[in-house]
Amino acid sequence: MGAKAVLAPPQPPPAPTAPPPPRPRRRRSLVHARDGRWAVVFLGPQMVGLVAFVLGPMVFALYLSLTEWGGSGPITFVGLDNFRDMFRDHAFWSSMQNTVWLTVLVVPGQLVSGLLVALALHQTRLKTLFRVIYFMPVVTSSVAVSTIWIWLLNGTFGPVNGILREWFGLNPPDWMGEPRYLVISIALVTVWQGLGFFMVVFLAGLQGIPTAYLEAAEVDGASSFRRFWHVTLPLLSPTLFFLTVMSLIGAFQIFDTVYMMTPQNSYLGDSTRTVVFRIYDLAFARYQFGASAANAVVLFVVLLVLTAGQMLLQRRWVHYEE
Amino acid sequence: MAATRPRAGRVTRSVAVNTLLAVGALVMLVPFVWMVLSSLKGFSEVFAYPPKWLPHPAQWGNYVEAWQAVPFGRAYFNSVYLALVIVAMQLLTCAMAAYAFARLRFRGNNVLFLLFLATMMVPGQLTIIPVFLIMSKIGLYDSHWSIILPHGLFSAFGVFLLRQFIRGIPVELEDAALIDGAGRWRVFWSIVMPLLRAPLAALGVFTFVSQWNNFYGPLILLSSPEKFTVPVLIAQFKGEYITNLPLLMAAASLAVVPVLIIFVVAQRHIINGMTLTGAGK
Repeated sequence: MGAKAVLAPPQPPPAPTAPPPPRPRRRRSLVHARDGRWAVVFLGPQMVGLVAFVLGPMVFALYLSLTEWGGSGPITFVGLDNFRDMFRDHAFWSSMQNTVWLTVLVVPGQLVSGLLVALALHQTRLKTLFRVIYFMPVVTSSVAVSTIWIWLLNGTFGPVNGILREWFGLNPPDWMGEPRYLVISIALVTVWQGLGFFMVVFLAGLQGIPTAYLEAAEVDGASSFRRFWHVTLPLLSPTLFFLTVMSLIGAFQIFDTVYMMTPQNSYLGDSTRTVVFRIYDLAFARYQFGASAANAVVLFVVLLVLTAGQMLLQRRWVHYEE
Repeated sequence: MAATRPRAGRVTRSVAVNTLLAVGALVMLVPFVWMVLSSLKGFSEVFAYPPKWLPHPAQWGNYVEAWQAVPFGRAYFNSVYLALVIVAMQLLTCAMAAYAFARLRFRGNNVLFLLFLATMMVPGQLTIIPVFLIMSKIGLYDSHWSIILPHGLFSAFGVFLLRQFIRGIPVELEDAALIDGAGRWRVFWSIVMPLLRAPLAALGVFTFVSQWNNFYGPLILLSSPEKFTVPVLIAQFKGEYITNLPLLMAAASLAVVPVLIIFVVAQRHIINGMTLTGAGK
């Protein structure tokens, strides 16, 4: 608060002719006089990054999507051909379907598991211990995580099936050896790895809920389920909304686990080749940059529509406290 | 009786909650434990039936073999170096831009800031194709700069996070310094930056972890094995040694265990950093 003293306006040099202008105004202009020039200095580096690595590439990608190009030689402008071919291509629709199915598995998985663990953590004294353990996979490289799980889920030698067989007497499927189970495995690994992040964000949301509301509900005799459903959940809805958007955008762009867990050139990829994988494959394995860019543009549009949809829907179910 | 029943209920409930959490914790931990145990087994031991949990005797040689099979030391250095340089660049440039958006009055301030925010919607898969082509054109393909520059010079999220914090700092202190004749840079560097220590640390942790684990960029932009980062090296290693489970797990342990040790030591700061950035968004 010593700052207040320093803030005392500087005594303007005695100006015999004109009376000094009103003080606040003068201070403003003094402080902000060279802001325009300073803005160039302060924003410079990030503006270079914005133009060179985001806006420029975006425009370039839009242009590429209208061309046919193998990475060298002349670029041929083909109009909307890439998009026409793409929408007629079975591989595109299959990649879309795979992406949607993976998303359908991952998003509820992440939200429900994160919320359940957060609710449990909120009630335990061993919070620090459990928080560390659940968070460990989040800081681990997804490439290493996939490598571990490829073997954990191995149908014959993997310990997961070993346990399911020996302890539970089940007859588990070959998780890594059949297309429809492989995509479930990828979803499982994604949820396992992301759980810690969803947990801590939910926990932060839970800790922000004023206990007064819950106590009031308890005094009124509400059961713990009703307290959760009618008090906790609505007050948690901004967090839930944020995480839903994050999870949805993230699930649509899962790459590392798909790349690592799908054997190359195998029929197993029929269920796991997602849009993102196809974008990578077209550009960097087949050098069809135009077609790859067209797929990326479609991904961008789908993500925009999904997020806009979420924003519109949030009015129906997200409660922001006044 | 009436007084003890709720208490008994509470104890039961607490035991149930902790038991469930412990079971979940096992699910999180066992894969790592299994990784380390398998990395110490002999080749025939991992496929033994009935399976054995503990290696006997421990084959520490697997680690030597994995370390020598591919340039692991180099990859470690590359990963740490890339992550640190990107963190340093991002903290400085994001703080500068955030200061401009929070404090400077110039035409287009709000529009430009909205543009920064809007870029968060652009998927990396769309921009990486042109970035790859640009980098090839200017001779930076297969150079670490192709990864440093895009991440070090741009982070809409970093700018957004720091701007929010700067707006929460009372402006009087800065105004006083400005009136005393200090330049904007001095105000930024000696008044604002020290006050940003907490959010800068959070952003630093967040950026370090995501760069350390970054796979997509280095996979596309690097081609020489001596330039690889740890994730790319592991992916390559997996391609060559997929059937050699002990060696594969030794490589995975080399990538994972040091990170987990650092994480457990600094867990409070790392989790707080990641939560802050997550929830602050």
